[in-house]
Amino acid sequence: MSTPTTVEQDLRGVAREPLVLSGRDYKWITNRICGVVENKQPFVWWLVAVPGALLSLVLLFTLVYLVSTGVGVWGLNQPIAWGWDITNFVFWIGIGHAGTLISAILFLTRQKWRTSVNRAAEAMTLFAVVCAGIYPGFHVGRFWMVWFLAPVPNSNAIWQNFKSPLLWDVFAVSTYFTVSVIFWFIGLIPDLATLRDRCKPGLKKALYGIFSLGWRGGNRQWRHYEMGYLLLAALSTPLVLSVHSVVSFDFATSVVPGWHTTIFPPYFVAGAIFGGFAMVLTLMIPCRAIYGLHDMLTPKHIDNMTKIIVLTGTIVGYAYLMELFIAFYGGNPFEVDAFHMRAVSGPYVWSYWAMMFCNVIAPQAFWIPWCRKNLVVVMCVCMCVNTGMWYERFVIIATTLARDFLPGQWGYYEPTWVEIAMFVGSHGLFLFLFALFIRFLPMIAISEVKGVLPQSDPHHHPAH
Amino acid sequence: MSVTTEDKVKRTWGYVAEFDTAASVYEAAKAMKEGGYRRWDVHSPFPIHGMDGAMGLGPSFLSRIVFCGGLAGSLTALLLQFGTQVGLYPTIVQGKPDNLFTIPAFFPVTFELTILFSAFTILFSLLVIIRLPRLHHPLFESKLFTGFSDDKFILSVEARDPKFAREGTREFLQSIGAKQVELVEEEL
Repeated sequence: MSTPTTVEQDLRGVAREPLVLSGRDYKWITNRICGVVENKQPFVWWLVAVPGALLSLVLLFTLVYLVSTGVGVWGLNQPIAWGWDITNFVFWIGIGHAGTLISAILFLTRQKWRTSVNRAAEAMTLFAVVCAGIYPGFHVGRFWMVWFLAPVPNSNAIWQNFKSPLLWDVFAVSTYFTVSVIFWFIGLIPDLATLRDRCKPGLKKALYGIFSLGWRGGNRQWRHYEMGYLLLAALSTPLVLSVHSVVSFDFATSVVPGWHTTIFPPYFVAGAIFGGFAMVLTLMIPCRAIYGLHDMLTPKHIDNMTKIIVLTGTIVGYAYLMELFIAFYGGNPFEVDAFHMRAVSGPYVWSYWAMMFCNVIAPQAFWIPWCRKNLVVVMCVCMCVNTGMWYERFVIIATTLARDFLPGQWGYYEPTWVEIAMFVGSHGLFLFLFALFIRFLPMIAISEVKGVLPQSDPHHHPAH
Repeated sequence: MSVTTEDKVKRTWGYVAEFDTAASVYEAAKAMKEGGYRRWDVHSPFPIHGMDGAMGLGPSFLSRIVFCGGLAGSLTALLLQFGTQVGLYPTIVQGKPDNLFTIPAFFPVTFELTILFSAFTILFSLLVIIRLPRLHHPLFESKLFTGFSDDKFILSVEARDPKFAREGTREFLQSIGAKQVELVEEEL
């Protein structure tokens, strides 16, 4: 007979890794996260914030130039009426999916590791949606007419076409932004109260006090708060899946070969989650190093997110191949040609293979545990994914329009300097907003991280 | 002429008691309930699992209000779409009719507005139920109290509680494990 083992020895193998390392206590968590806001920002922060602000000004300048001159300053024309603008819109909206996914779906599925990343990911979501909203807003041409999108009575007695996916998109994106803001704000209330209680009396304390709404953390408040949070998570879960589905309807409900496919909604959603997680890692890995958050953003967190990337990346790869297969199997000659020109003979073949490499091949590295642990590899793959997801939208949008039904309608599209400057400028705006967020708000959900410590269980009794 | 703190008329608001761990405040909450107190609360840096049961509180009723909010969102969306597409400005486009059977095309907007109205209902009814925002509260005068947002667990008892007694409650709080007890007063 083998030596009998104790229960503790048996359980050692299945014990979960702690979510916060080094046995940190509540005080340390409060000090470390609030310290990021209260202390002087490191030099790196300025290296992000100042160029970000300057590039935001570039964005502002191009928008003013666009409005004062006309959308003709973009390289768009027939047949390619959607180019970088809609590509960038879908790109940013896609990035905006990870935040609510982490907050909502991982909350419902009781993935406690979400607590360390959800705040920053939600902030990222909001800023990405802000960047996204700029493009369709200005794409309408006469920006001052953008209120025509809203169903309000007007002197022409005309109403919007509610059967159009473009109008669904207006509702989907604006609802998504609003609900994300509410979700983010409700999550922030207890943490703003922590910052309030640490401030000396003055303007700062007053502002944190006002935004924390006078939170007192009583259990008679918490029980409703928790229910509210749960309900928001439950509502945001279908919402986050719906937004990119509706975005994909913009294409899928048309008759253009290459767009007219039923696989679009799930394929877009998987792609959005894929690209969003890559952006979360792109932002969080530097933050973790700069602000010393290694005990809260552990290798386990990075490991989990890279696994989600390889999963969704593989789904996206499956969708690419399935598109090709259905084009072949469906036997529609226009569909076959559309994909032939996309992948083999068209003018934008290079972008198709850039997309294939970045989105399908590069993330396969994450099957190997060493690659998931090595942060340089993780960052490189994430940058690949960020690039690849932009190419995916470019491939779907511009290259499809470049090769329509009739060869007489074919065209080629190149962005002008205005489009390029807007694209770069929107990245500046995104980084600038994120830098401001780090400067003024707790970038990790303090109360939620405290809640997942082992000593937070009321039945926990430390070993004497 | 300036008024010093001592000159102001004050009234006892209640006691706050400090606990070090979630486990100890959990036991204390059970004792408070046993002791028959009614107007008291446990302030913690995070929601403590099982505290509702220990305090004898039922599940939150917020979800029922939100259901009504969501329903209002669905109805608003359907009214808006049928009203404009069938009544005010019917157009036959995209091969879709302009009557009741158009409803599949109205699902996305109906869905989005349901979520939107529900989210607003959550935010505003939550604030009403937990009586926020408020700019000040007597508890913020307490020295011990602000520890709740850091690493302490604070149990507060209001003087309005029928069982409240100036000496008795202090002794009771100490007997159930409070590390420190502080009297909180509010200005009149």
